[in-house]
Amino acid sequence: MAATLEIRNLHASVAGEENLILCGVNLTVKQGEIHALMGPNGSGKSTLANVLMGSPAYEVHEGQILLDGEDVLDMDPDERSRSGLFLAFQYPVAIPGVTLGNFLRHAINARMKAEDPDSKGIPIPQFARMMRQKMNQLQIDHAFAGRYLNEGFSGGEKKRAEVLQMAVLEPSIAVLDETDSGLDIDALRIVAEGVTSLTGPNMGALVITHYQRILNHVKPDRVHVMYEGRIVESGGPELALELEEKGYDWVRAKHAALQNLTR
Amino acid sequence: MTDAIQSEKQLTNEEEALKEVGLTYAEKYGFYDDDVEYAFKSQKGVNEDIVRQISAMKNEPQWMTDLRVEAYHIFMDKPTPQWGGDLNQIDYDDIYYYVRATDKTEQDWDEVPPEIKETFDKLGIPEAEQKFLHGVSAQYDSESVYHKIQESLEEQGVIFLDMDSGLREYPDIVRQYFTTVIPSNDNKFAALNTAVWSGGSFIYVPPGVQVEMPLQAYFRINTQNMGQFERTLIIVDEGAYVHYVEGCTAPIYSSDSLHSAVVEIIVKAGGRCRYTTIQNWSNNVYNLVTKRAVAEKNATMEWVDGNLGSRLTMKYPAVILKGEGAHGEVLSIAFAGDGQHQDAGAKITHLAPDTTSQIISKSISKDGGRASYRGLLKIAEAACSSKSNVVCDALLLDDFSRSDTYPTIEIDAKDVTMGHEASVSKVGEDQLFYLMSRGISEDEANAMIVNGFLEPLVKELPMEYALELNRLIQIQLEGSIG
Repeated sequence: MAATLEIRNLHASVAGEENLILCGVNLTVKQGEIHALMGPNGSGKSTLANVLMGSPAYEVHEGQILLDGEDVLDMDPDERSRSGLFLAFQYPVAIPGVTLGNFLRHAINARMKAEDPDSKGIPIPQFARMMRQKMNQLQIDHAFAGRYLNEGFSGGEKKRAEVLQMAVLEPSIAVLDETDSGLDIDALRIVAEGVTSLTGPNMGALVITHYQRILNHVKPDRVHVMYEGRIVESGGPELALELEEKGYDWVRAKHAALQNLTR
Repeated sequence: MTDAIQSEKQLTNEEEALKEVGLTYAEKYGFYDDDVEYAFKSQKGVNEDIVRQISAMKNEPQWMTDLRVEAYHIFMDKPTPQWGGDLNQIDYDDIYYYVRATDKTEQDWDEVPPEIKETFDKLGIPEAEQKFLHGVSAQYDSESVYHKIQESLEEQGVIFLDMDSGLREYPDIVRQYFTTVIPSNDNKFAALNTAVWSGGSFIYVPPGVQVEMPLQAYFRINTQNMGQFERTLIIVDEGAYVHYVEGCTAPIYSSDSLHSAVVEIIVKAGGRCRYTTIQNWSNNVYNLVTKRAVAEKNATMEWVDGNLGSRLTMKYPAVILKGEGAHGEVLSIAFAGDGQHQDAGAKITHLAPDTTSQIISKSISKDGGRASYRGLLKIAEAACSSKSNVVCDALLLDDFSRSDTYPTIEIDAKDVTMGHEASVSKVGEDQLFYLMSRGISEDEANAMIVNGFLEPLVKELPMEYALELNRLIQIQLEGSIG
């Protein structure tokens, strides 16, 4: 059975605050599908990404997040990750002194140990072979694995490191939070090709973006528009083109009109 | 029958010899007492008699005895320092100042707290070695290794002895340098050490000799090198090189609550010395150590100083850049946990032109621990065109731990390049979230962040120390959560 991420009536705020940023999000992403999530600044897209992964900076007030029918809200971020969820961060933080390679080996070993407490983890030669293969696939210089995680990385390097982590950890559902932002055209092409090469029958993706341009590379099955903490429009790939052409004003206008009607 | 007579005669000879020795003592020191039979009994507390007895026990030359007695009075006269950490709780009367190796019995092993033994087990250190490290067993089976090292050193003319043997075998060299870098009146605890010192290392490296493998106090098994008041003197002659490694990453329990060592180093023209320490004293110990090196023309001195244990550490490894073009470096790492105060740092004094220095300080505080960086950088008027760089990074693992920085900078020279950076960071929620979002548990994520922070120190350490340090930090972090 294909893995499924189901978001039901999700309400969330910044931790310790009352003002809701997510006001009833409903969305289902299945393994093998690519969904694009678009919307103007401040509509709650990044909040949704962080809440899905279990960021302690946010608090869930209502609703459910189900992964294969199991509610992940009670799980810590590491358990969610080991259950197959992945978040490519918009702003990955630097971890000085920890190399990307060492970090990923720990991440793989954590998975192996969760399944079998007696596991000794992945043998280093096998890990090195796997890393080389993934880095070749994503056209990443092998020296990258020896660098300290995100420390002194350029914007493009950070995003490529996120995609590399996704390639190594092979999630069933990946959320990509503006993985295309801050990239020049060449970097965008490389990152987008990387994402495309990873999507397929084994991975579902929720691609959060402001712009249509990444969707020229990563073809979405469905496009959703978020506005004021809800998904207000859903459609096929043509919706992304429409947004590119017309901007978000019509979404705002339509949504405002709807709200007036219901008042 | 003849045998009996002979042995009787021998006894008499021995007795004669003993009486003679006794007389000498009586004449020289005026404290010889028949009842004591100069079999030194370890006793708590310190006074002039005890200081003289220590010297007598070791058959030291008169100048050393005088030096000890003078230093004892300096110790008594100097007030307890009221800066840094709280030293007013030290009970000087409740400490053994000299314990003969033969008095150390297996019984001491029972005093070692179970949690420390447990840590040893987790580190995978065999019991024989554990006992050796705690000074309760005088023998250790790496003796053959030690002898091999010793042989190859002797071929190169390198002297590597415990300080007591050094004084016995090379009294002239010791006398020439002893207290020239750290005089008895430098501070209260240097004075105490000069009065009651025992153990420590004596190293001399002849001109041009490069000692390839690090010399480790660890292998020097023939004396009680884990003493409370050890004294180390290292002389690196012109163009020579040595790396000395002292201490132990595994926790060392001591029922005596004061450790006060002195380390003096002289690096002659073009020479280089690196001195690495990892201390992990148990949490009842005041660790008050004076370390100082003089670097002559184009010489290099590097201190790598890691402080994990103790109740209070006050330690500021110093380099005096005395000759033109000399270079000094201090890499200081402090880890302050529950009930601990690490007041560590560095002192660098530029006295000559074109001298360069670097101080890197990294501290970690957790569970209410306090880590302070205290540094003095002085550039004298003559030290024109000198360069110095100071970097202090502190990492706080929670909201109720503390980090302070006390940098003092005095520059009297012109044309000096000086940089200073300081940062305090908390193990961010965002860093933890990031690592955990890849499936790594909270404990492991914390340990990764701490190990990453310490990486600049760890990569300077010999391999076995680095591995042990990593495991140790893992254990300490687990302890704080579990």
